[in-house]
Amino acid sequence: MADDTVKKFKEPGQTQMLNKLWELQRSNGYIHDDDIKQLAQVFNLSEIEVEGVASFYHFFHRKPTGKNTIYLNNSIVADIKGFNRIKETLERETGATFGSVDRTGTFGLFLTPCIGLSDQEPSALINFYPFTNLNVIKVKDIISKLKKGATAESICDAPADNIRYTPPDNKSVFFKKFVPGVALAKMKKLWPAAVIKEIKKSELAGRGGAYYPTWKKWNAARVQAALPKFVVCNADEGEPGTFKDRVLMNTQAKSLIEGMIICGYTIGAEYGIIYLRGEYWWLKHKLDAAIKEYRAAGLLGKECSQIKDFDFDIRVQMGAGSYVCGEETALLESLEGKRGEPRTKWFFPVEKGYLQLPTVINNVETFCAAARIIEMGSAEYTQLGIPGSPGTKLISVSGDCKLPGIYEIEWGMTVAELLELCEADDPYYIQVSGPSGECISIKEKFRRISMLDLLARKDIRCGGSFMIFNKQRDLVKVLLNFSEFFKQESCGICTPCRAGNFIIQRKLKRLENGLANETDLQELKSWGTIMKNTSRCGLGKTATNSLIYAMDKFHDYFAAKLDNDFNGLNLKFDMEAATKDYEKYKI
Amino acid sequence: MASMVNLTIDGKNFQAEEGKNLMLVAKENGIFIPSLCYYEHIEPPLGSCRVCTCKINGKYGPACTEKVSEGLKVEVNNEELKDTRKALVEMMFAEGNHICPACEKSGNCDLQHMGYELGVSSTRFPHLFKDRIIDYKPNRMVMEHNRCIKCLRCVVEVVTNDGKKVFNYLNRGNETYVGVDYEQEAKLTEEEAINAMKICPTGAIIVRGANMAEPFGDRKFDMESVQKNYNEKKPKLNRPTAMEKKIVATVSLAGCFGCHMSMLDIDTELLDLIELISFDKSPLTDIKTFTNRCHIGLVEGGCCNSENVETLRKFREHCDILVALGECSIWGGLPSMRNSIPLSECLEEAYLNSVTNEPGNNIIPYHEDLPKILDRVYACNEIVKIDYYIPGCPPDANHIWKAVKNLLWGEEYSILYSEFKYD
Ligand SMILES: Cc1cc2nc3c(=O)[nH]c(=O)nc-3n(C[C@H](O)[C@H](O)[C@H](O)COP(=O)(O)O)c2cc1C
Ligand code: SF4
Ligand code: SF4
Ligand code: SF4
Ligand code: FES
Repeated sequence: MADDTVKKFKEPGQTQMLNKLWELQRSNGYIHDDDIKQLAQVFNLSEIEVEGVASFYHFFHRKPTGKNTIYLNNSIVADIKGFNRIKETLERETGATFGSVDRTGTFGLFLTPCIGLSDQEPSALINFYPFTNLNVIKVKDIISKLKKGATAESICDAPADNIRYTPPDNKSVFFKKFVPGVALAKMKKLWPAAVIKEIKKSELAGRGGAYYPTWKKWNAARVQAALPKFVVCNADEGEPGTFKDRVLMNTQAKSLIEGMIICGYTIGAEYGIIYLRGEYWWLKHKLDAAIKEYRAAGLLGKECSQIKDFDFDIRVQMGAGSYVCGEETALLESLEGKRGEPRTKWFFPVEKGYLQLPTVINNVETFCAAARIIEMGSAEYTQLGIPGSPGTKLISVSGDCKLPGIYEIEWGMTVAELLELCEADDPYYIQVSGPSGECISIKEKFRRISMLDLLARKDIRCGGSFMIFNKQRDLVKVLLNFSEFFKQESCGICTPCRAGNFIIQRKLKRLENGLANETDLQELKSWGTIMKNTSRCGLGKTATNSLIYAMDKFHDYFAAKLDNDFNGLNLKFDMEAATKDYEKYKI
Repeated sequence: MASMVNLTIDGKNFQAEEGKNLMLVAKENGIFIPSLCYYEHIEPPLGSCRVCTCKINGKYGPACTEKVSEGLKVEVNNEELKDTRKALVEMMFAEGNHICPACEKSGNCDLQHMGYELGVSSTRFPHLFKDRIIDYKPNRMVMEHNRCIKCLRCVVEVVTNDGKKVFNYLNRGNETYVGVDYEQEAKLTEEEAINAMKICPTGAIIVRGANMAEPFGDRKFDMESVQKNYNEKKPKLNRPTAMEKKIVATVSLAGCFGCHMSMLDIDTELLDLIELISFDKSPLTDIKTFTNRCHIGLVEGGCCNSENVETLRKFREHCDILVALGECSIWGGLPSMRNSIPLSECLEEAYLNSVTNEPGNNIIPYHEDLPKILDRVYACNEIVKIDYYIPGCPPDANHIWKAVKNLLWGEEYSILYSEFKYD
């Protein structure tokens, strides 16, 4: 049978938009006006629509970005690990200033939020190859080599996996030896409904942070009549401080692929897509190689794994620098070659997802876990962890500790135990699950980490990361870093997030400058709550989470920052700052 | 026909067709839910402005993206939700640069209308004064980015005959703006262009030569509220028997004296009023320094120089109640048009490069006796605590005096919808 009789379904042209833009960006260093015109023609769109897509993603530029395009990470972890010195050194050595290209066009310097290497900061991407653990000497050396004509590819680092801890007695779920095909063989013996039953028994819930029961999502997609169906892996890992998916893809690409095949088999899907963040270009070949291997072994492709009528293949789609594209519906828009704007809740992705067809979207860790659960059986899996929260969880640990890296913990471990394992240095403030998660004070170190009791606030539900800060760190600076992040990464489609994050940042700056009073704190809280209640997607809903928690948990710290002379009538006003511009005209 | 379902809105039972948009169901049943981006025939709904946020089955969510289903429980009008929706409208005013008296759409503008319906007299948020351009390049249109609220309507609705978009978002985050495709825009017919202007809920899309001027009172949103119970409190003149004489101070800072002119607009009633109040420091009496403690201070204009700041502080010290009168005082108003431009550019334009300058007289004034010009115009509530706000540019005379009489003697009035205006 000819292949094209099977592949009746064709993805519309625009789904190639990001790939085309990437090609141009990577070969010419920028996207030219003529390119926009041409793409508009190719895809039969108006130019403004192409421009809209290109301007949404921050790795696409409309001006040259230099022969060596350098993206330095400006996340808060990078900041405490010496970001400023690296930034200065880069400017001095290359002769460019951040946001632009040097006169010779050799170097372009840009900032970007977390690149998923928080365990080896400061770090940067040069032509999308990783450079880790930077210091002044190393930067000088790199730049001098590049000046002499070395390619970034030839001198880049291979980021360490830093898997620091797995449960004792070989109880690791994710990192034990993976033999390709074993999980698939077990799957073949089960009906799709039985796979769902297994996953249900394991109580696996979404590891992208929302903890939606995986079996429910798969089941909802399974019962959809529309065809074809899609399995999408969310490998956007944009949450600052999180790098577990990076390590999984680097070491466990095969369990990821099998997890996706299992999902495809269960819901009756034909296509799988891995949406990989642009920051992880350097991981792409690993995934491609694994996919190729699976195809060659007949485990992917037509009658995949020798299952009759089951055709399933996987491709990798690169993102292009946008945190919000990790939100599942924004991701779908991005896959369709559009601006990564989250959709409304009018339809669910399982009903109308990619190209308005039934789609399951899961996180990398969710798929890896699913493969392992089928491989080991839910009975064994649920032996791990605690009742109501079985299994293990990967946590990316970074910040003020001696052993940053990946910790595979059994659910139920306490914060204190984890802090001890990573040899935290005088921890004071801990940011759990990234800027959009929650912050905890060291006073809460006896709380357990689990999927339980979110409302009772006894346990902590962790999306995947711990950023540890000691007492020397300025909390307002941390929060300002987060608010800058959300301001930059908001997609801009809804009012509370687009304007709200900007407004919150203004207010925080007042606090930093000692101009705020107690009313300002109350307003921050109230405005933050309004954003939470009205924003369209999780980005705006969670952007002020940490701020709101921090004001409660570290009230003394905030109180010390306030204007103490405030009598309720005259607000602090910095006349000197306000007249500085005019004083230039003093004769 | 779709089957009917039962739902409750604020505890009352309603029946509606299953799957129908909640916004429509509410409207058909006479329940007002504020909205800006919602446009009946756009499906799926846009859900971008969030002004229609309600509580749906206990969770916050926009009414316009909800399909009604059996047993749906909707809360629309509790104090928290009302305040939340009002905050969103305020946020749009704080985010854009809205100078209603100078806007072609004033009186017919949906954003302004929501401000009136929800009683937005000032924004709780600091104005952002982001520098935004006015795009004159399109053939037939002018795109006024200061007024766009990014509702998405034009992006989704305005397409050429061959299905190509004329508008699209560019950039992201707070840099997002609606770009115009000049080539496609040129293909629109006059009628289509005017339709784009009509679709836009604000004055962002203006078609050259299309006359929109209508006298005050004839415009769409001038006279009548869409809410049945806009004025819940009817005027009940519980005038206290003995009315103590009160002392009032007024000032015009960075304003145009328009608010003061408006104060005098109550005609003969002014004679009654003058029996009851005496003016202390005020341009109306020409008293320059405070001689008494005042019951109320009415401040017109914001602060554009150091002297404004000092005067405002004196007002705060000497007045029991301080009222910001008019848009300039409330958030900066017209003078704040300079806020998105660096001070040096403004001064150089005015004193050095201006064509009307006398030759050889090109100097930017600076003297220690002169007030110092601030880097931008500040709203009064950025300097001192302001107790009340009376919006308008200028505010309606009746609005001013009703508010003042209420504050001084506790007389109850309701401000009519037609008196609460921004232009
Ligand atoms: C702003 C935002 C960013 C997100 N980023 C990611 C991400 O990078 N990776 C991810 O797996 N999920 C991310 N999510 C969660 C996804 O929307 C979605 O819940 C998840 O991919 C579902 O997979 P799961 O059920 O396996 O967790 C993000 C959500 C939001 C609101
Ligand atoms: S909350 Fe922010 S990121 Fe999400 S849809 Fe709204 S503007 Fe976009
Ligand atoms: S009339 Fe509407 S668009 Fe025009 S300035 Fe006022 S609020 Fe803005
Ligand atoms: S230009 Fe008008 S219609 Fe278009 S997004 Fe802005 S406010 Fe909405
Ligand atoms: S009217 Fe519902 S979000 Fe705009």
